[in-house]
Amino acid sequence: MPHDHHDHLSPSGHPYRADNDGPLTYWQRMEIAVRELLIEKGVVTPAEINAQIDAMDARSPANGAAVVARAWTDADFKARLLADASAASREMGFDIGPLNLIAVENTATVHNLIVCTLCSCYPRNLLGLPPDWYKTREYRSRAVREPRAVLREFGVDLPNDVQVRVHDSTADMRYIVLPARPEGTDVLDEAALAELVTRDSMIGTGLPRNPQ
Amino acid sequence: MGERVRIRASMPPGHIRAPAYLRGKTGVIERSLGAFGNPEQLAYGHAADKKQLYRVRFTMAELWGEGAEAPNDTVDAEIYDHWLEKV
Repeated sequence: MPHDHHDHLSPSGHPYRADNDGPLTYWQRMEIAVRELLIEKGVVTPAEINAQIDAMDARSPANGAAVVARAWTDADFKARLLADASAASREMGFDIGPLNLIAVENTATVHNLIVCTLCSCYPRNLLGLPPDWYKTREYRSRAVREPRAVLREFGVDLPNDVQVRVHDSTADMRYIVLPARPEGTDVLDEAALAELVTRDSMIGTGLPRNPQ
Repeated sequence: MGERVRIRASMPPGHIRAPAYLRGKTGVIERSLGAFGNPEQLAYGHAADKKQLYRVRFTMAELWGEGAEAPNDTVDAEIYDHWLEKV
C-alpha cells in the first residue's frame, strides 16, 4: 500500500504544510531574470541586494512610534510634522528616501484611517512592511465603504459624534496617523510614550495602549 | 482650496490611479500637493508629463447615497489635475 502522508501530523502535533514547490509565475521568472542580468552586467552586486533586503526588513513600527512620541511631547515638532511629515521624519534621522509623507491627526472629534484601495501603498520607511490584512481585497474595499464596521472588528467602537476620515493613498503620498495621546500619561517620558504607540494606531485601525 | 470638483466619469483602459469608485463623484479640494509624473505614462516606461496632484475630499453621502454608513464621514484621495472637472 502506498505511503500516504495526508492525515499525518508532525511530531509537534501540527499538520504538515505543503512545500511551496509549484511552478514559478511569469513575474517571478521575470524578477529572477532581471536580477541575474543586473548582477551579470555589474550594475548591482548580490551583497548590495542583500543589504537592501536587510534594510527593508529592519524597518519597524518603532520608527513611527518614535515620531509620534516626539509629537506628543514637543508642540513645535508636532506643528512641523503636520505641516511636512517627510521633513519632520528626516529631522529625527529616519531615512525616508523620496517618500512624500502626510501625517493626519486624531482628535476628540476626528478619527483617521489609512487604506490603499488600488494596491498596498504604505509608509514602509516608518512602519516597516504592511500587515497581510492591509493588502487584502476585503480591507481595501470595506475601509472606504463601511469604515466604522471595519473599526469595530478591530475593537475600535467610535461614538457618532466622532467623524471618520478615510485616506485613500491613490498616488504619490503616503500617510501616517498621529493618534491622540492617551489620558494619564503626563508623567511618562518620550521613550515610555513610544511604547504605547502600536502599528495599528498609526494606520488608524487601533488606538494607543493605555499606560499600565 | 475648498473648490468643488468632479472626477471624470470615463473608463479608459490603462494604468489609471483615479479609483473607479470615485469617478463621476463630486468633492472639494483639500490641499494642493504639487506636480508629479503622470502614472498613466510612467507605468509603460514612457517619458511622463508633470501633472498637478490634489487631495480631494468626498462625503460618504456623495459616494454611497442612502446606503452610507455615516453620511458625514469622508474619504480623501489623491487625484491628478487631468481627472478633475469644474462643477
